[in-house]
Amino acid sequence: MIGPGQWSIYNQRMITELGHFALILAFCVALFQAIVPLVGAHKGWSGWMAAAEPAAVLQFLLTACAFAALTWAFVNSDFSLRLVVLNSHSLKPMLYKVTGVWGNHEGSMLLWVLIVTLFGFFAAWFGGGLPPTLQARVLAVQGMIGAAFFGFILFTSNPFLRVAVPPFDGRDLNPLLQDPGLAFHPPFLYLGYVGLSMTFSFALAALIEGRVDAAWGRWVRPYTLAAWVFLTIGISLGSWWAYYELGWGGFWFWDPVENASFMPWLISAALLHSAIVVEKRESLKSWTILLAIIAFGFSMIGAFITRSGVLTSVHAFATDPERGVFLLAITAGFMMLGLTLFAARANVMQSKGVFGLVSRESVLVVNNLLLGVAAFVVFVGTIWPLIAEMFFDRKLSVGAPFFDLAFTPFMVALGLILPIGAMLPWKPAQAGRVLRRLIPAFVLALAVMALTWALQTGNSALGPVGLFLAAWLVAGSATDLWTRTGRKGGRLGRLRRLPRADWGKSIAHSGLGITMAGVAAMTAWEAEDIRVIQVGESYELAGYTLTLKDMRRVEGPNYISTMAEMHLAKGDRQIGTMFPEKRNYPVAQMPTTEAALDNGFLRDVYVAIGDRQEAGGWAVRTYYKPLANWIWGGSILMALGGALSLSDRRYRVAAGARRARKEGVPAE
Amino acid sequence: MKRLCLILCLLVTPAFAVQPDEILDDPALETRARDISAGLRCLVCRNESIDDSNATLARDLRLLVRERLLAGDSNTEVVDYVVGRYGEYVLLKPQTGGANLILWLAGPVMLLLGGGIGFVYVRRRAGGQGRAEAALSDEEQARLREILKD
Repeated sequence: MIGPGQWSIYNQRMITELGHFALILAFCVALFQAIVPLVGAHKGWSGWMAAAEPAAVLQFLLTACAFAALTWAFVNSDFSLRLVVLNSHSLKPMLYKVTGVWGNHEGSMLLWVLIVTLFGFFAAWFGGGLPPTLQARVLAVQGMIGAAFFGFILFTSNPFLRVAVPPFDGRDLNPLLQDPGLAFHPPFLYLGYVGLSMTFSFALAALIEGRVDAAWGRWVRPYTLAAWVFLTIGISLGSWWAYYELGWGGFWFWDPVENASFMPWLISAALLHSAIVVEKRESLKSWTILLAIIAFGFSMIGAFITRSGVLTSVHAFATDPERGVFLLAITAGFMMLGLTLFAARANVMQSKGVFGLVSRESVLVVNNLLLGVAAFVVFVGTIWPLIAEMFFDRKLSVGAPFFDLAFTPFMVALGLILPIGAMLPWKPAQAGRVLRRLIPAFVLALAVMALTWALQTGNSALGPVGLFLAAWLVAGSATDLWTRTGRKGGRLGRLRRLPRADWGKSIAHSGLGITMAGVAAMTAWEAEDIRVIQVGESYELAGYTLTLKDMRRVEGPNYISTMAEMHLAKGDRQIGTMFPEKRNYPVAQMPTTEAALDNGFLRDVYVAIGDRQEAGGWAVRTYYKPLANWIWGGSILMALGGALSLSDRRYRVAAGARRARKEGVPAE
Repeated sequence: MKRLCLILCLLVTPAFAVQPDEILDDPALETRARDISAGLRCLVCRNESIDDSNATLARDLRLLVRERLLAGDSNTEVVDYVVGRYGEYVLLKPQTGGANLILWLAGPVMLLLGGGIGFVYVRRRAGGQGRAEAALSDEEQARLREILKD
């Protein structure tokens, strides 16, 4: 007999099976989409080419069904699914039940492939302005990428596997992942990584087509921009999480997996700029195509590094040789395909524009050089332990001190040339006029540097240089915007009406400067205090007085916490009360530190509590973190700038693409 | 996900890195100890310095560093001592000798190489001004026709 209660259980199980079935169907559709439009474009059969659009839409819808089914299983705690048992618990807050879907290897791969198909869907839906053969080829390559990852999921990491005997409850999600910062860190990173798959598809399609022109540059730029914006958000969410969660306020560790997300960021930033040269000047074409291939290559290497555990990073939550080999095969396959096509067809793309030795395009070449070499340094540093062990029989480590030393100079150089490059006109330019306009910004930056040098204790150059770059970038961007308003009256009104791309550029460049200032100040002037205190005692750090008022036990939904109440004061002025915690998650058997922060514009005060000491009292760590919020504030500005550029009229007007193609080279 | 090591370390001792009882009375010595330990890797963790690590082994190493400092060793002597016991694996900043030269020179060499290629490219494009504007090649003519057609 089946009562109403059981009915719902059967329905629920059925939904899971439907999800599994949708996933298999999506795999078949992806295979179809990878082959049919490509053949159609080659033979000139319009019917076969036209199959790409509905296929892309269908593939997305099927994947969305599969993803929704898995989410459904998590939300309803369906413990007949192995994945749910291992990563969820019925008492977990709803938010983390949902984010638990991608808080594990299988689910995160499903999210990854969902985003692959989402981008394919966008290319099908908004790609009407593209020439039909180009669109068919782009979607075919996107189909290949989709098929490879569907295969990976179905054959090595299927999220829809059942357990024979469903347990009463799950084993809970890793408590470190039960946090808003980290819950949304993976989706944004994936949007970024996978966004680069679109530029890869465009690059391959252009190579097959044998033609790259200004219009191509314009079509690729929105995807590159979007990928870069998402990567920026994803990386800064991760860094922000590490800052407040790990208990000592570190924000970047040069860990292999962080590097894996940072390399695509650097390369996509380079690609973003070189695509402008393609769009405006019809130059740097083969270089841009190569960058697009490499950028996606780095995304795939990122996936490989995270999932295979080859660099035994602390992030590897799925150390599994079979998966590693499969992913390596996918990465190697796509890179070989891309690079072979590039080698065969690169000569087709001849540059047209003429460069001036001193011109915007030359500075953008330098920009690409600096970003590219910086990414290369990070890459070599990341894989060096592997190479040293394999070829030189040396077991060694490459850590933060190496990267700080080898990477930072490139960013300083980039910051120095940026304001000048941003204002130089296209084609042979007279640098003198631009330099004269930038004199006030430069003098201001020098003044800021001198002031910080005089005010700081110690002789570190890092802080003053960081603040110099920040002032130089922000003031330089402001000068750039102001110059664009022309000479005569009504400049404020014209400032408001400037294209969004101009605003986006200035805001993003300022954001970079602000982040640089934050990183430099944090590294140079952080103050730390470690001590044992009793309830009622006070101590001082960097002019602030902290008093431990109380220690108490607090029960959360799925954890037990030891919470301190601390009063923060500066002189006689009370600033606030802070509640640092130490939590214990009984189901996962894991303790976490929840630091308390007093955020300020110029500084954070950061408190974490440790163990109760045998002799009585509590261990307490306190930090004074100057300009901490500037790091993430700057990142937000960078992302905002990118988003503003993305919303520029040029890209919003769908017809723009068609028009640009008719005109050929846009008149400059 | 972020730090599996952290999880492992926390399972053993739910504490944080440098403990109050480890700190040396002499602030100058303590600063030196912190500088040294920021460059030494926690052996059981991944990519974490002993200064940041919660593992018991990292604590032992921190105490060892401080012991050597109290015995009057210079910073390099302390580091050499630790490397002598645990191998170069403990150094977060790899040595410059031998094959590691490749690692250290990768950036500068690539910059020179790329800079050279970039300069030649820009120079050629700047120099070829007259030639490029003089006439369109056959292929470009064909493309122009194609562009004008649609």
